Amino acid sequence: MTPQEIRAAFIADLIGIAPDLDPAAIGDDDHLQDDLGLDSMDFLNLVSALHKRFSLPIPESDYPRLATPSKAAAYLAKMLTA
Amino acid sequence: MSLFTMPSLGADMEEGKLIEWLVKPGDHVAKGDIVAVVETQKGAIEIEIFEAGQISALLAEPGQTLPVGAPLAQIGTAQDEAPSVAPPRQEQLPQAAQPPAPSVAPVGGSGGPRPASPAARARAADLGLALETVAGSGPGGAVLLADVEAGTRLRPAPPTAPARDGGPKGRPGLDLTEMRRAIAAAMSRSKREIPHYYLSHEIALHAAQGWLAATNAARPPDRRLLMGALLVRATVRALAKVPEMNGRFDEGGFVPSATVNCGLAIALRGGGLIAPAIPDAQDLDSDTIMQRMRDLVARTRAGRLRNSEITQGTITVSSLGETGVDAMFGVIYPPQVALVGFGAPRVRPLVQDGILTPGLAVTATLAADHRVSDGRRGAVFLAEIDRLLQEPDSP
Repeated sequence: MTPQEIRAAFIADLIGIAPDLDPAAIGDDDHLQDDLGLDSMDFLNLVSALHKRFSLPIPESDYPRLATPSKAAAYLAKMLTA
Repeated sequence: MSLFTMPSLGADMEEGKLIEWLVKPGDHVAKGDIVAVVETQKGAIEIEIFEAGQISALLAEPGQTLPVGAPLAQIGTAQDEAPSVAPPRQEQLPQAAQPPAPSVAPVGGSGGPRPASPAARARAADLGLALETVAGSGPGGAVLLADVEAGTRLRPAPPTAPARDGGPKGRPGLDLTEMRRAIAAAMSRSKREIPHYYLSHEIALHAAQGWLAATNAARPPDRRLLMGALLVRATVRALAKVPEMNGRFDEGGFVPSATVNCGLAIALRGGGLIAPAIPDAQDLDSDTIMQRMRDLVARTRAGRLRNSEITQGTITVSSLGETGVDAMFGVIYPPQVALVGFGAPRVRPLVQDGILTPGLAVTATLAADHRVSDGRRGAVFLAEIDRLLQEPDSP
């Protein structure tokens, strides 16, 4: 997958768990909790969706690496090529 | 033969707007079936029916705003003869204060109603787009805001983008002014009628944290637990020891509840708060509580709560999650008589066996109704929650 495809997939899963977010208004460096208002339950639902889509384990210790769309895209790209 | 009417979804609700029918005349319904979606100050709510029968006639059109108690449908039971119902007299129906309703496509024979998030609904209405023409990518094929936006790209753009209410990243489908009014009405009533008392207690969470980390390490994400589920479960179980915290206060006084319908305060992005309940939570294990919480949060976000969930709570838990402040002192949600608040769990200096050590802890608070209980009983309640959290693996 290209970085653009990974980012698009991430945003799609983010909108899936938070359908009230406007995809056009999400910035690459928006913090999922502080800026986009995800709570811990939303975040876990997002991790579940990403786990299903990419078949990656995403342990709890890696959660900080998903803090923003740009960090998450970088993390997912790294894990997918690892 | 009986009438299905606009339900009251809270003491402060005066009217609701029928958004869609999920049944049509001739359909058989069972108790608990979801038959309609009504938009209220709390957003779109799925309305369940509380009797079995056959829909004889729909008496209201999608788009109509109707007062609580207004007839929505006629239900025939097995004994009924053919219905002989006068058609609804339009002049009796109060005129909506809003402009004419968006055209919601009727529920047709082709595949039934289309679930959609409130944001998607509102955007589609703004654009004059029938939801049935939009491919849904949400759970169960639900139409999401992004689907509506994608749908518009295939069409001529509207001359100007309609103004959104709420913040730039808020929830456009929800009228935040109305929701704020509903919250104000309920909280004013609470502060006017309920003599609150407040208690606070620090609870060490290292036992719960250790158990949680060990449990989650072996699980895929969709089976992982959150600390919030352990906090809710401990609260629900502690009520067995202090039943006077669980129930409803009505005109006749306090009525304890045999079941624990545990309300969860869920904050909405852009503002506002809804506290839907997990019914019959008293015997649920951690996994089931977690699953119910996930389901409630997901459906709150997607605008798919049911009326029983928002009207039948017997206590509320309000948790600030993992990134909030230390403690919250809540306002009881009438007619309930207690609210348990949890601040953000944080590593704090704890004294254990005379030694100062850093450890994860949370401040639990109780707001309770002095007409029903005293601080002494409230203290027993918080102490029991503490005790249960020290043994998170107990069945």
